[in-house]
Amino acid sequence: MTVETRQPPKEEHPMEKLLRMDRIPHIWCSTCGLGTTVTALATALAQLELDLDKVAVVSGIGCTGRVAGYMKLDSFHTTHGRAIPFALGLHIARPDMKVIVLSGDGDLISIGGNHFIHTARRNVDITVICVNNFIYAMTGGQVAPTTPITARAATAPHGNFEHPFNLPILAASSGATYVARWTALHVRRLTEAIKDAITKPGFSFVEVIAPCSTLYARLNRLGSGLDLMKFYHDNSIIRHGADMNEVDIDFQSKIVVGKFVDIEKPTYLDCINDGYKRVFGNRYQPYGGANGDH
Amino acid sequence: MKADAKNVLTGAHYLDGNHACAEGGIAAGCRFFAGYPITPSTEIAERISQRFPLVGGLFIQMEDELASMAAILGASWGGVKSMSCTSGPGFSLMMENFGLGIMTETPCVLVNVQRGGPSTGLPTLPGQADMMQARWGSHGDYEVIALAPDSPQESFELTIHAFNLSEKYRMPVLIMTDECVGHMTEKVVIPPPEEIELIARRYTEKKPDEALPFELTDDLISPMLPVGKGYKFHVTGLTHDERGYPVINAEAQEKNVVRLMDKVNKHADDIIWLEESDVEDAEVVIIAYGISSRVVKPAIARAQKEGIKVGEVKMVTVWPFPEKRVKELASKVKALIMVEMNYGQVFLEMDRIVGGKCATYLAGHAGGTVHKPDDVYRIIKEAVK
Ligand SMILES: Cc1ncc(C[n+]2csc(CCOP(=O)(O)OP(=O)(O)O)c2C)c(N)n1
Ligand code: SF4
Ligand SMILES: [Mg+2]
Repeated sequence: MTVETRQPPKEEHPMEKLLRMDRIPHIWCSTCGLGTTVTALATALAQLELDLDKVAVVSGIGCTGRVAGYMKLDSFHTTHGRAIPFALGLHIARPDMKVIVLSGDGDLISIGGNHFIHTARRNVDITVICVNNFIYAMTGGQVAPTTPITARAATAPHGNFEHPFNLPILAASSGATYVARWTALHVRRLTEAIKDAITKPGFSFVEVIAPCSTLYARLNRLGSGLDLMKFYHDNSIIRHGADMNEVDIDFQSKIVVGKFVDIEKPTYLDCINDGYKRVFGNRYQPYGGANGDH
Repeated sequence: MKADAKNVLTGAHYLDGNHACAEGGIAAGCRFFAGYPITPSTEIAERISQRFPLVGGLFIQMEDELASMAAILGASWGGVKSMSCTSGPGFSLMMENFGLGIMTETPCVLVNVQRGGPSTGLPTLPGQADMMQARWGSHGDYEVIALAPDSPQESFELTIHAFNLSEKYRMPVLIMTDECVGHMTEKVVIPPPEEIELIARRYTEKKPDEALPFELTDDLISPMLPVGKGYKFHVTGLTHDERGYPVINAEAQEKNVVRLMDKVNKHADDIIWLEESDVEDAEVVIIAYGISSRVVKPAIARAQKEGIKVGEVKMVTVWPFPEKRVKELASKVKALIMVEMNYGQVFLEMDRIVGGKCATYLAGHAGGTVHKPDDVYRIIKEAVK
């Protein structure tokens, strides 16, 4: 008698190629929206079948800013608010690479807001993913320029009464070629949006509405992170091409999600190279950075 | 490695210090420049923007100096030699990301064409009052390298030297010039490219699974890892280990900070560059840097004519401070005189190192104009009394 045993092939964790497994466990709280966001990014990169040697991720500072440290890519964890200009420099030096910025709402829109609008204006070919948890999470839940009116924060203990930014309209009016918003629980759609954004030439922007289970949820008595994640998902209305004047986010109410902008426009480097070519003719050698030949 | 032949403007030119600095950058192989206009540094950016399209470089006028400094760090990691220039207010804005450059050990060059401060101060007039900001302007403990050209010719040469030091020691290097040098027009001789020696970036020779971005080497200077080649390394402004991974504890902090400081201090003899004249049997020695080292010359000549034994040490590098040499001099001379356009920023460092071994004098003022040689002469007379 012969006995045949067949062991299932030892499966590597689907994310192992893209995550620094030697840094797991990560610092994030359980049920934080960052988990699914990172999963969506990693899945998007895997599905795009990109040469992962040629993908870099740049983060600023914050809970979201820590993403760079967990991605098994050339990764840069910079200073608060400056991920975008750092990424611009990296992109210009290596236009052959895909440069992805992943950072928080405070980082990208408050302290880094100027870089956000100017890099969109220039239509620099990078992808910016903003995890909007409506709060400064890393520092303990202070108010952000995205905090909805009446929501509480550590420095708005009686509620926030300032107008928050509407990120899609900010990105679009500044010049972005791709703008989408999804919640952290729309994992499949978010993954598709990240794929679109990475593929899109020019400044592409994805806003991810994500629960901060530990601070935003607690300060506002919104239940667990899971409850909040489900609330965002269930209260979202998919409206592709929505009028972006109507996608403001009020406290615990409907969230319009979808793809809002997807246009063609010459990128920053296209404009520079074409412009100089017109001025200098053949004397101008199109700028290609280091292009890997160092 | 030699300079790229077709982009070096070999020959004699009539240039101001800012234009010469831009040519130095181009000769050194700088091909990315991110800056924001500010008097009296803007001519560097203007010349670069004029010249870069035909030398394969990219100039970008950023939205502010915070972005400028961040962008040159990103480009440097991308493998392109990068620089920026600014003056007082912009220098203040750059300090946080200058610190990121120190922490992540990123080669690049930052030029500060100093004007009078504080705040908006004297936009069009010279100062040397950012010297301590150059030393300590970003938070935390660290060492810096700062050079001070005294002329357009030196602005050209020291910009190349700054790039070489930044690649050799894998760190941002400062050029602390001033409005006077920046706007002074003189003959600048640009040598043939084969006479311009450049230090190329040192990349690891190890394979991706063996290489570490902050490897502890004997000389404390870790070779860099290239992006886009499968190294998949991490770089952070947080305290980190050799892998570049954040480690948030006192032990890692001690290792990290001490190594960054030792990297400069243990190579101080190689970095420090002094030019001495008539120091051997001097009774009194003047120490000065940048434009001030030229202004003292008539005062020294006048005193020498009267038989006073006065010598000069010109500091081409101001940081790291020439501690050893100043100590030696202090034990030999009657007095050391620091001449600088501020109220004693480098003087206090000199005085601390002299430690009472000889008399110390400061010829200082708040900027706006260079020293009057007469004022320096009077201090020499006072010092030999
Ligand atoms: C210049 C500077 N100012 C302030 C801080 C402190 N700080 C760290 S993270 C952060 C806010 C992060 O908020 P956000 O970008 O929304 O990220 P989150 O933690 O919510 O993901 C602040 C203010 C800092 N690191 N640097
Ligand atoms: S504090 Fe909030 S944002 Fe930060 S990891 Fe925890 S849940 Fe996520
Ligand atoms: Mg946030």
